[in-house]
Amino acid sequence: MTPADQDSNRADVGSGTPPVIAPGHTFGSVTDKISAIVLTRKTPIGWWFGFLIAFALMNVMMVAITYLFVKGTGIWGINIPVGWGFAIVNFVWWIGIGHAGTLISAILLLLKQTWRTSINRFAEAMTLFAVACAGIFPIIHTGRPWLAYWLFPYPNTMGVWPQFRSPLIWDVFAVSTYATVSLLFWYVGLIPDLATLRDRSQSPIGRVVYGMLAMGWRGSARHWHRYETAYLLLAGLATPLVVSVHTVVSFDFSVGIIPGWHATIFPPYFVAGAIYSGFAMVMTLSIPLRKVFGLEDFITMRHLQNMAKIMLATGLIVAYGYGIELFMAWYSGNEFETFMIKNRILGPYGWIWFLLVLCNVITPQFLWLKRVRNSVVGLFIISIIVNIGMWFERFVIIVTSLHRDFLPSSWDMYVPTKWDWSFFVGTLGLFFSLMFLFIRFLPVISIFEMRTIATGDDPASADTKDMGGAA
Amino acid sequence: MKSLLERFVSRGGKPEFGTPGPRVAGGELPARLFGVIAEFANAEDLLHAVPKARKEGYQVMEAYTPYPIEELNDAIGHGPSRVPVLVLLGGIVGALFGFGLQYWTSVIDYPLNIGGRPYNSWVSFIPITFECTILFAGLAAVLGMLVLNRLPMPYHPVFSVPRFQLASRDRFFLMILARDPHFRAGDTFRFMETLGASHVSDVED
Repeated sequence: MTPADQDSNRADVGSGTPPVIAPGHTFGSVTDKISAIVLTRKTPIGWWFGFLIAFALMNVMMVAITYLFVKGTGIWGINIPVGWGFAIVNFVWWIGIGHAGTLISAILLLLKQTWRTSINRFAEAMTLFAVACAGIFPIIHTGRPWLAYWLFPYPNTMGVWPQFRSPLIWDVFAVSTYATVSLLFWYVGLIPDLATLRDRSQSPIGRVVYGMLAMGWRGSARHWHRYETAYLLLAGLATPLVVSVHTVVSFDFSVGIIPGWHATIFPPYFVAGAIYSGFAMVMTLSIPLRKVFGLEDFITMRHLQNMAKIMLATGLIVAYGYGIELFMAWYSGNEFETFMIKNRILGPYGWIWFLLVLCNVITPQFLWLKRVRNSVVGLFIISIIVNIGMWFERFVIIVTSLHRDFLPSSWDMYVPTKWDWSFFVGTLGLFFSLMFLFIRFLPVISIFEMRTIATGDDPASADTKDMGGAA
Repeated sequence: MKSLLERFVSRGGKPEFGTPGPRVAGGELPARLFGVIAEFANAEDLLHAVPKARKEGYQVMEAYTPYPIEELNDAIGHGPSRVPVLVLLGGIVGALFGFGLQYWTSVIDYPLNIGGRPYNSWVSFIPITFECTILFAGLAAVLGMLVLNRLPMPYHPVFSVPRFQLASRDRFFLMILARDPHFRAGDTFRFMETLGASHVSDVED
């Protein structure tokens, strides 16, 4: 850390903006504080409470999957005309949530936003777990999930290949690439911190496990140099990747000719929606996290305020997307498009559309107020409302577009069954179970990156200050 | 092929790895000495010590820090990293693989008429080509970094220094390797003590 960097961080303290790290933290104190959550601190009772609830919900999913494998997709509410129900709603919702993690870790790194440092680790973990939840749905939706590997092009005795002109196969590549690159990015970021845990762990098991995961990292100058290069390049690769993933997800809809799906606004509108919901989820997770583990020094009001501003900006893009959908329905003069919008707002599912506007368009407008951006409770509530609203958005897009298409004789309603709900609640359980395990066993904040923004003087260095003459 | 691979991951000229080279010092070396390591309390002291050691004539050294310090790699005399080239190659291979896979399956191996579209529907092949480019480049970045760093490496002589644990917390280390032609066990040890280090110790191989 050069003195100039320290000054810039101190300047933040002086001005009205809250700092990205509380003043006075040293290399040693950030290391101790973050690694203590994993190594020395007693597991809070709240952790057990939360984990057990999440784990119980995850078991609901296990039961639901078992029953699905026995009975088939008939246990869901889907039928013709609504062939894509909760499974695809949940898939798009989860994969969208993942996008904020990549945005924080990759795009903000390239833009040299130092405030990302204390939230990127768990945002990346969130990405990984959200993609894991998302990945379950298309697989179980195939009807014969044990043959899901047919989606991949492998030489087979049938002599056929996937149909590469279909967005659904693009999705296979996009989501699996996204999962792989997110995992690599997350793991590479963890390596130096795993070495810290290896060196600081008091238990032999901890030393062995963290030691194996750290792969013998010793922080040599040459290693750091290659490491930084690889990390930066990964960030550069992940940035277009994250945009491509939700674009391809939107192609799943927009390449089809269903009114309500066949729109050119879909790719940017989906990407903005993904970032919007993802930041809402980061907020929902970080507010209790900093409270329970006392990480207010590292995840400061500055982080919450910045995330609130990004939510507001992406929320406005999403609102613009809704507006364009309404406009195009009128401007196109297409009677099916016009009917689709009328049915979406005034039809049997209209109440969900109004809830969606309430959650996604009206609620974030409160973020214009500085008082709301400064209120932890207010931000927490808004973030949860936005999460719910984004789920409604996917429901509206999928179900209201399908249930009344071109031919009135085929119109029908879609009603989710208890198994549909079990899968949704179950993946929430899976997500939070993984999140709780991650918080307990891995450093939730990137320790080595926090060292680069720690501004305090190291008291331990006093014993060598007599060397000042050498400088 | 093998020689090319070997050259790419070759140990020649890489100070940090491999067995110590021929000892030029006469008799005074303790058996199996890997190097001498000095511990510094802050990055500035380390950054001051490196040019002094270079000026003294030492070439084969390595520094260890708890966080990346950009200028250290150059100061210590390591060249630029080869990771970017690997990533570029990975990306090119990925793009060729992605498009080649779709072209070969859709045009050559099993042409199917899908809604009257051309067999080579190259526009529809772009998303998968793009994803494969990113996937291969990303794998090349991570695997390239690990292979060039020769990780995983469960044991390294520096781990035998008890205080080296602090390299992953808040201490900065500089090691001069016994392979250095200028290395003399006692002299180097005494020289390291003049650099402002808080501790100096031998590193056994």
